[in-house]
Amino acid sequence: MPDYLVRLVQMHESFRQAELQALADVVEVPIEFVKYEDESPFCIVRLPSDASAKAVISRSLLSQGIYELWGQGATYDALHKSVKEISNAKWAQYDSVPFRFTLDCFRGTRDNAEQREIIDSFSYLGFKGPIRMREADASFKVFEEYGGKAAGPKYAYLGRFVAASGRDAKTTYDLKKRHYISTTSMDAELALVTANMALAAPGKLFYDPFMGTGGFPIACAHFGAVVCGSDIDGRSIRGTGGSARRGQTDKFDVQDNFKQYGLESRYLGAFVSDLTNTPFRLLQHSNSASRGGYLDGIVCDPPYGIREGLKVLGSRDKLNEQERATHEGRYKDPGYIPPRKPYSFTAIQDDILAFAVATLVENGRLSMWMPTANDEDVELIIPTHPCLDIVSVCVQPFNKWSRRLLTYRRRAESEIPEGALESIKKEYEQGVRADELNDFRRKYFEGFKEFERLRQEPSTDDTNNKADDSKGVSGRWRENSGAN
Amino acid sequence: MKLLTLNFLTCAIKTCKSAPSSFPLHPRDASLEVIETDLNLPFLKNILPRLMWDELRVITSELGLPDLPPTPPTREDLVVAAEDAAVEGEESEEEASQTAKDLHRVLLETTVKEGKLVCGNCGHEYKVLEGVPNFLLPGHLV
Repeated sequence: MPDYLVRLVQMHESFRQAELQALADVVEVPIEFVKYEDESPFCIVRLPSDASAKAVISRSLLSQGIYELWGQGATYDALHKSVKEISNAKWAQYDSVPFRFTLDCFRGTRDNAEQREIIDSFSYLGFKGPIRMREADASFKVFEEYGGKAAGPKYAYLGRFVAASGRDAKTTYDLKKRHYISTTSMDAELALVTANMALAAPGKLFYDPFMGTGGFPIACAHFGAVVCGSDIDGRSIRGTGGSARRGQTDKFDVQDNFKQYGLESRYLGAFVSDLTNTPFRLLQHSNSASRGGYLDGIVCDPPYGIREGLKVLGSRDKLNEQERATHEGRYKDPGYIPPRKPYSFTAIQDDILAFAVATLVENGRLSMWMPTANDEDVELIIPTHPCLDIVSVCVQPFNKWSRRLLTYRRRAESEIPEGALESIKKEYEQGVRADELNDFRRKYFEGFKEFERLRQEPSTDDTNNKADDSKGVSGRWRENSGAN
Repeated sequence: MKLLTLNFLTCAIKTCKSAPSSFPLHPRDASLEVIETDLNLPFLKNILPRLMWDELRVITSELGLPDLPPTPPTREDLVVAAEDAAVEGEESEEEASQTAKDLHRVLLETTVKEGKLVCGNCGHEYKVLEGVPNFLLPGHLV
């Protein structure tokens, strides 16, 4: 298989390789990573053909394009030597076609004279075709990678352009231009990456149990999937809860978002529901032929309990007879709002996994986002289920916390070890208040004290516990009032 | 909400899930709207084996829609038998059959605008408001 050079973007580093792998999985093409580093935007992969390279890259968000690798080297002498060795058989093919030659310097610059000199140094390729900077039949690029303080590049490549990525979609679906968004909408780029990870594609059925204003379903529909979604808050779906945009007061709803992008035909609709009391069919009924699930993918960004409350149906305290009777008598009233209670953060993660196991088809995927405090970095706890394989874990770091995109694959029945399902009984956080139920939320609002403490005093055992004061006024105030 | 969705939904009450009569949910006082969309043949082919056909027929007959055949169509039934297409080679586009068009009309163009969805087991009614059904359970049922 020939080698290809993928020009990646130098951001969301931990997502890039996983995205390429997922895209190869979608088009069922074998991909082999020859060279990949988180610090470099140049990745060398092995793919069967130009056509498969194009198929893989055309949906990619985290790359710019794919090039057939014609040579590489740490110096220009090494690069020229490698070009002559690897690609001389291909030169004749481009002998007389219109072509162009350009330069891409990563973390470096070259002025026009230098660029010209570099390009001229490849004159031994012997191309006699006309030079055309637009709509050339063959487009070549010299890539330079700079590092540290050295004046020259530390590595260089020559590639023939094969196909551009699908990164344009990032602009098309930009939240700034979207009709209707909310405070917790995921940025378009990462929503589209999430859809890629879950293998959204034409003919497939996707679902988002925490849809909000529909960002994830829209991203999946962009890649051809038919989508539906639900949310515990019906106002966000119907668009009667106001908008996150200042001055926007008219009625805006999820349906109109799909209209904006011309994706209505792929939108099945939405309903109001709670994942812990889902209306989805979890057991099989009539025709046994369809044993197994019916969803090809589930994508979601569940509420973290910070900006969006992590709540499920139910009451904080057990209802007494009289309260039950009141609910029973009133629930059909138009203004009735069912009671909701805070819910355990780890329990919801496991609920999502269990739901995915019940509804996904074999090899169907679940991609979900989960926040985590950086002080827990030592041992990242990734929720697991015996019926699900972890495909990838990608991290988007923030200052004191980060969030991870977890992607799972539904195993086939034959892959599930016997007796594995009986062993998953777990203890969850007990309590009724959000802070008791959600460790991440508690740490967030405490300002990630533990993280601060570890950073400021890496080794000393802090017996005085002064670091507890990191919350400033309230901390000191508490100390003073405690003395009384 | 498009009618296909009803093929995946049951009563949200946990004790109802195991009762066969909780699926499908029965539309009542439903006002329907047909919104024309592009036919999506790959999707129909993919979703066909996952459909609960008998239950789908129950819903269409309750809504007074044209009867569906008693047995589910096969994937081959969805495309027009392409004898002359073979001349062009495999590249030529498959053409959707009348069966596919009818199925598309029912599953992906017919939407429930307003009304109720009723569980056949416990009788609980889920309201549909502006095309969005509400499956939240009241306090005494959680």
